[in-house]
Amino acid sequence: MLMRPRREVVAETAMEMLIRLCGISAILFVFGIFFFVFREGSGFLFHGFKIGEFFFSIEWYPTSQSHVRYGALALIAGTASVTVLAMLFAVPFGIGAAIFISEFCRPRAKETLKITIELLAAIPSVVWGFIGLTVMNSLIIRLFNAPIGLNVLNGGLILALMSVPIIVSIGEDALKAVPDSYREAALALGVTRWQMVYRVLLPAAKNGLLAAVLLGVGRAVGETMAVLMATGHAVKIPASLMDSVRTLTATIAAELGEAAVHSEHYQVLFIIGILLFSITFAVNLTADLIVRGVRHK
Amino acid sequence: MRTLRLKADSRFIRAAIILVLATILACLSLGCSGSKQPEKTVIQNTGSDTMVNLAQAWAEEYAKVEPTVSVEVSGGGSGTGIAALINGTVDIANCSRQLEQQEMDQAKKNTGKLPHEFTVGYDALAIYVHKANPLEEITLDQLAEIYGESGKFTKWSQLSVKMPGIADEIIRVSRQSNSGTYYYFREVILGKGRDFKLGSRDMHGSKDVVELVSKTPGAIGYSGMGYATSEVKTLRIAGKAGDKAFAPNVENTLNHSYPIARPLFMYTLGEPAGEVKKYLGWVYSETGQRIVTQSGYVPLPKTGARPL
Repeated sequence: MLMRPRREVVAETAMEMLIRLCGISAILFVFGIFFFVFREGSGFLFHGFKIGEFFFSIEWYPTSQSHVRYGALALIAGTASVTVLAMLFAVPFGIGAAIFISEFCRPRAKETLKITIELLAAIPSVVWGFIGLTVMNSLIIRLFNAPIGLNVLNGGLILALMSVPIIVSIGEDALKAVPDSYREAALALGVTRWQMVYRVLLPAAKNGLLAAVLLGVGRAVGETMAVLMATGHAVKIPASLMDSVRTLTATIAAELGEAAVHSEHYQVLFIIGILLFSITFAVNLTADLIVRGVRHK
Repeated sequence: MRTLRLKADSRFIRAAIILVLATILACLSLGCSGSKQPEKTVIQNTGSDTMVNLAQAWAEEYAKVEPTVSVEVSGGGSGTGIAALINGTVDIANCSRQLEQQEMDQAKKNTGKLPHEFTVGYDALAIYVHKANPLEEITLDQLAEIYGESGKFTKWSQLSVKMPGIADEIIRVSRQSNSGTYYYFREVILGKGRDFKLGSRDMHGSKDVVELVSKTPGAIGYSGMGYATSEVKTLRIAGKAGDKAFAPNVENTLNHSYPIARPLFMYTLGEPAGEVKKYLGWVYSETGQRIVTQSGYVPLPKTGARPL
């Protein structure tokens, strides 16, 4: 039997350990972050935190001199409204683009499109926010004759543009994962290309497409800087697309720097963090379970 | 889906490599610059967004006077400066409102030193509206009714202002809640204990307020007088209805006729010493006070006593 040099065996084991550590570290980080966020918020969460007020009151007065109130309903409504609006724009657009790139595009154009879309994903969120604040603001005022252009519509459009690349890139992967035999069989039966997409590919790839949408939702919920700049940052339940709102993430970004460490206000911001963490965790977990469903089939 | 995994992996590896290279580069460059100029004294100066341009102008001018001292200025709001003071991580905190007793106590408890207060200039808190707004003056009561919780003014027509176009809604532009200007406005205009009306657009900087007002026909906002531009209009302020209204300028600030003028403060932990003391002394000098004027604020009266 051929013996390998001892040095090589040791080096290989060491390398394997190192890589294993890298793999496990991701889990450690996620739990570490959750533990930290929870610990910072937990003191107040269990002593004196009014959960009813938090979820059902719109009165957010964290630094009031007379009567401090932590009602996050308007913030939750703000996050929900921009996210839903963003998805209304981004889902048809993103899935449509994914279908075009995957099924109808020539190979040359396909590469160009994919690179361009990845470039779209690489634009920093503060740049998007700046576009919202300057370009979109005056555009919305002029087009809709609105009193102010920093509103749900502005934030929703910016977020839609930011989540489209994710939806396109994962959606396209999902369509590509459908075996070619499906396409061949469908075409052999004499269907048109559109019928093939509509009746064969979409049902076959539906889990992957759903996962793409959910990851887009996760992106939209978690986005901070762009919505901070584009939504107007006003504590208000929106009654129309032209109303300014404030999101959960933007509130943390705007107020955490100033809140004295371990004060009630600071801990409430961490409780908002726990809420956000739970939302994105649920969304990502659902997406992951759905993707798993795809693989087992 | 396998392709997705592969793509993610290679992207991850590339990101990791870039990260490692960047870290090495950063370490190298830090090491180099550190060894070149070891004897530079650094004064950390943080706080008020109203004062950040002024503090920056001071720091730049002082670098010419005293090249061995570097004053590092950052903004973030008075609350940020106060928090840094309480944590003992800053040499001078800029503040557009006075420290509260509780904050004094906290700083004393945390660092063992009591904050010292220095008035370095004045600001006439200006009320800004869009250029197209025909309004010229406003009273403190009207401001309180516009901004205060349960205040009754929400439309320009209620102030008998006829806005061109449809922008009759008053778009309130305010500041984030750690801002010294926000505190000052709440205390002086809304009155102790009263809160802001919800739904104002809370901007993160003095400049952002003026910027948004300049782009929004129906807007009203408050910010330091140093941020005035030709794109917006500043209102004259009257104490009560029927009183004479005054414009926010140097003269009206110094003779106390502008009702919402306020001092600008710098705070140090304990009695200032060494380079910090020298810097504050320079801020009080003729050059230092001239920069206050150049930044758009009001310098201390020429004859007044100087603490340093």
